[in-house]
Order: sequence, then structure tokens, then C-alpha cells
Amino acid sequence: MIEVKNLVKKYGSHLAVDHLSFTVESGKIYGFLGPNGAGKSTTMNIMTGYIGATEGDVFIDGHSISEEPEEAKKRIGYLPEIPPLYVDMKVIEYMKFAAELKGIPKGKRAKAITDAMQLTKISDVQGRLIKNLSKGYRQRVGLAQAVLGLPDVIILDEPTVGLDPNQIIEIRNVIKKLGKDHTVILSSHIMQEVSAVCDEVMIISHGQMVACDTPARLEKIMEDTSKIIIKSNADVNAVSNVLKTIPGIASMNVKKSEETGTVEAVVTMSTNEDMRERIFKAFADNGVSLIELYSHKMSLEDVFIKLTSGNKKEVEKVKKDKENEKEEEEV
Amino acid sequence: MNAVYKRDLKSYFSNMIGCLYIAFIVALVGIYFSFYNMGNGYPYFGDVLNSISYIVFLALPILTMRSFADEIRTGTDQILYTSKASITKIVMGKFLAMVTVFGIAIGLLCFCPLIISTCGTHDFKVDYSCILAVFLIGAAYIAMGMFISSLTESNIIAAVLTFGVLLLLQLMTGITSFIPTTALASFVGCIIVVIAIAVIYYILAANVIIASGLGIIGTVALVVLYFVKKSVFAGMIPNVLNKIPLTDSLNNFSLKTFDVTAIIYYISVAVLFIFLTTQSIQKKRYS
Repeated sequence: MIEVKNLVKKYGSHLAVDHLSFTVESGKIYGFLGPNGAGKSTTMNIMTGYIGATEGDVFIDGHSISEEPEEAKKRIGYLPEIPPLYVDMKVIEYMKFAAELKGIPKGKRAKAITDAMQLTKISDVQGRLIKNLSKGYRQRVGLAQAVLGLPDVIILDEPTVGLDPNQIIEIRNVIKKLGKDHTVILSSHIMQEVSAVCDEVMIISHGQMVACDTPARLEKIMEDTSKIIIKSNADVNAVSNVLKTIPGIASMNVKKSEETGTVEAVVTMSTNEDMRERIFKAFADNGVSLIELYSHKMSLEDVFIKLTSGNKKEVEKVKKDKENEKEEEEV
Repeated sequence: MNAVYKRDLKSYFSNMIGCLYIAFIVALVGIYFSFYNMGNGYPYFGDVLNSISYIVFLALPILTMRSFADEIRTGTDQILYTSKASITKIVMGKFLAMVTVFGIAIGLLCFCPLIISTCGTHDFKVDYSCILAVFLIGAAYIAMGMFISSLTESNIIAAVLTFGVLLLLQLMTGITSFIPTTALASFVGCIIVVIAIAVIYYILAANVIIASGLGIIGTVALVVLYFVKKSVFAGMIPNVLNKIPLTDSLNNFSLKTFDVTAIIYYISVAVLFIFLTTQSIQKKRYS
């Protein structure tokens, strides 16, 4: 378990991390999401003990990173944004060096190295110099170094950046495999990756946590039932006429859609009530066909953009909804 | 510590810098040795070593420049500082790796007195104590170079700065002879030093009160001392500066004196700069 308490990091007068607090439970994959300069890498660097915090502390299984660095650090495997590779070494030499540096006992080193290399599929390049490896392989060597000795907590800073789609899928599978019995924290700004891999998503912006939930629930919270999208193969006038008969519509925008012979309408409701059924019935009664009808759903991407673009209302909405949900659960 | 030591040592030989340095030293000393000791029949190797030691030292930046600068540049310092090894151990590992490379070069020079001994007159004690002194001074300079390397992420800047500092130390005696030895000159020098300390403290700790307090109290104390006992300042600055260069005491060794003070001085300088290196790394982590 990792506890981050009231973390502050200042670079001169710039506040990179602003009183950040969260708890990470064991055995889950956490996604760290945020735009560039949000403080993701800084937070990760503090969590792994690479840099010191201005205020606050991080506890890994109850061990403070600033006061008992040795105990805390040996529980962490870290892959920084740029893999820390000595390019003049062979892969196997580098792995041996990393194993010794991490203090893995001599008897267990060989097995730990083989396991890590098998997991990240770099066994076949072990005799090559790191400087001759491709970016994808270098990333994997970095990952192998991070998982070496299977530490409890594995922290990965943008592990798939710069890789081709196949390599991304491979690395994701490795992360999923690791997530079964380790705590994995990864940072990314690719939404699909986070929704595909993570159990929990933490969104940070300007050094502050703006949301922390499962990817599905974040989307549910942000589901916009007041906006409904309709597609019909009738003409514009017919659709507008039907829509006009429905009470509770605040505004509508009917136009020809890109698909030939169809009309698309975006309808905004004046209430939060789900109007889909009523719309369907109105179209059926008027004998106008409907080929699509759905409420506007925000992807994690929209959620992310909305939350991090400084829209405070949305942030409060998420917090409120979460609190309400919690209260409901408690009731 | 072991992991860092082994990796660094290996890297000095895999990227040729280590080999190059050793080859350079052995070739250089070899030429002087064959010319003076062998050719001219001068039996004291210690003297020859002393006279060319400055080249041995001035070449040291090529060993020390990469030690930390390169790690910072390539980001490999992240694996070091996030591992469970403490900073002191990492610094010691790197320091010892460099000292080992230097030690190999100096170790090869240990054959020279043996070669002389096959030809007649020889003085092992003087020769080997000179070699030991050169080795210890080198170790202290390596610590200095390592400290400078930890301040920057450019190998070139580290090398040039280290070279500059070593050159300045080498020329110190010459430079101090230009400084006036009057009490007033030293007094002004002392005040400049006090103000410089206060400014440096302000830059590091950003505390105006303590920094200005330090400056004012120091200046007042100096002024009082100057008017009470002027003679203290006479020749003070040149005398202090003359004590700084490590290589001056090398002559004592070749003059058949085993200078224990000097040896303690070399070791203290090395320890001081190892300590400063750890502090400079810690400072970087917290700013």
C-alpha cells in the first residue's frame, strides 16, 4: 500500500505538486493521467525517492521514503520517462548490474534476471549492446529493470510512449500480467491505454488531484443525459416537426448528416430526465423512422479535457456526485 | 557500492578512457624515466616523478569529467538514486573506480625504482614514498573533479572547470607572489572573503537576516582586529593561499622527509570533496 500525504514540490516559485494526497491499494493497476506539466513525473520521482519533496511524505507499506529510504526503495521498481540505460553495456551486463544495485541476494540473482527477461521478452537480445537496440527494445530493457526481483510496487512513467502499436499491446499485456499480484502505477496521456489497462484512474492537473475513480464510473458520472442525438432517414422538416411536438426540449439543431439521405439532430433537454423513450414514441406515432437514438456520452478523453481545462464546475460536479454516491452506498 | 564500482571500472575500460589515461601516463613517465634515470644515470626516480607530476594531474579531468555529469545527462542517475544504495555509497563506488584506474597507472610506475635498483645506487624509500604521495594527491584531485562533475550535466564543462582549478592550484605559488604582503592588503582581502561567504550563504539558503548578519559581524570583527592587532594581517592572504596547493609538499618527499602532515592533508581534501559531492547531489534532489 502506498500513502501519499500532502505532497508539495516547488521548483523555485513554480508549484509543480500542490498538496497532493492519495492512497494506493495493493494489487491494483492505477493510471495516472494528466496533461503535460501536470506534475505526473514529479510525483512519481518523489514517490520513488529520486527527488525530495518540499513538504509532505510518501509511505510505502508504512515506510517513509524520506526517513527510511532503504526500506521503502527496495519495495519499488521504477521505469522513468527516459529508461535509465547505460548504452555502453550489454543487456545481460546491465541486468546483472541492476540486480546487484537493487541488492538482490547473490543466489537469487540469476533466476530473477531470467524471469524479468522472459516476462519482457528480451532474452534473445541479451548479448547485444544497448546502444544498438531499437527504441521498443530499450523500453523493454527499462521495464525489465523495473520488474527485476518483482518488487511489491511497480511504477512506470509513460511506459508505451514512442512504441509501435504491436509493442504497445505487448507492454500492456505485461502490465496486466504484473497487475495480478503487484501494485502497478502507470502514467500516461493516452486515454485508451488507461481505460484498457487500469482498475483506477487518477486525474491530476496543476499538481492537484481532480478525480479518482474507475474508468467506467468516471464516464458514467460525466454521462450527459440532457443531450440526445438522433438520426433519421426522413427529411429535415419532418424531423423538426416531430421534435416540436415533444415538450421539454430546450433547443435543437437539425441538419443533414454526413451519411447521404439521413438527417442528424442534436437535442438539448431542459430537464435532466431521460427523454429517449418519449422521443422514440413521438417518432413512432408520427410514422417517421428513426435509425439512431442515443444520449451523448463523454469518453474518458472528454472527461479528461473537461476536468483539466480548468472548468471548476465540472470538478465540483464530479466530487459532488461521488459524495452522493458514497452517501447512497452508506444508506 | 560494489555494483557501481564494478560498472564504472568496466566502463572506463570499455570506452577506452581508462586505457588512454594509463597509456598516456606510462608513456610520459616512461620517456622521462628513460631519459633522466636510464640515459643520464640519475638514480632518484622520485625527483623525476615530481618534476612531471603536474602533467599526471592535469590529465585527470579526462577521468573525472564523466563521473556524474554523464549520468545526469543520460538520466541514468535515476536508477542509482532510486535504488536502495545510499548516496554516500554511490559516490564512494564512483570515486574508488576512478582511483583504481589512476592506481593502475601509478602501480605501473612502481617498476621504475626496481629497474634502477638493477643498475646500482637506488633509494626505494624515497622513490616509493614519492609514488605514494603522487597517488594520494591524485586521489584528492579525483575527488575534486568528481565534485565539479556533479555540479553540471556537461562532460566538457566538467573537464574544463576541473582543468582550470587544477591549473590554478598548480600556479598558485606563482600567483601569490604578485599579491602585496602588507597588512592593509590582507585586511581588504579578508573583508572581501567575508562578504563573499555572506553572499554565497544568501544564494544557498536565501536567508537575508543570517546572511547580512554574517557579513556585518564578520566585517566588524575584522575591523576591530585590524585596529587592535595590525600585525596579524601582515602577509596573511599570501601565506594562506600558499598552503592550499597540494603539490608543494611533494618536494619534502623527494628530500627524504616522509611528510605525515601532508599525507593527512591529502586524505582530508579527498574526504572533504567526497562529502561535498554527496551534498551537491542532495541539494539537487531537494531543489
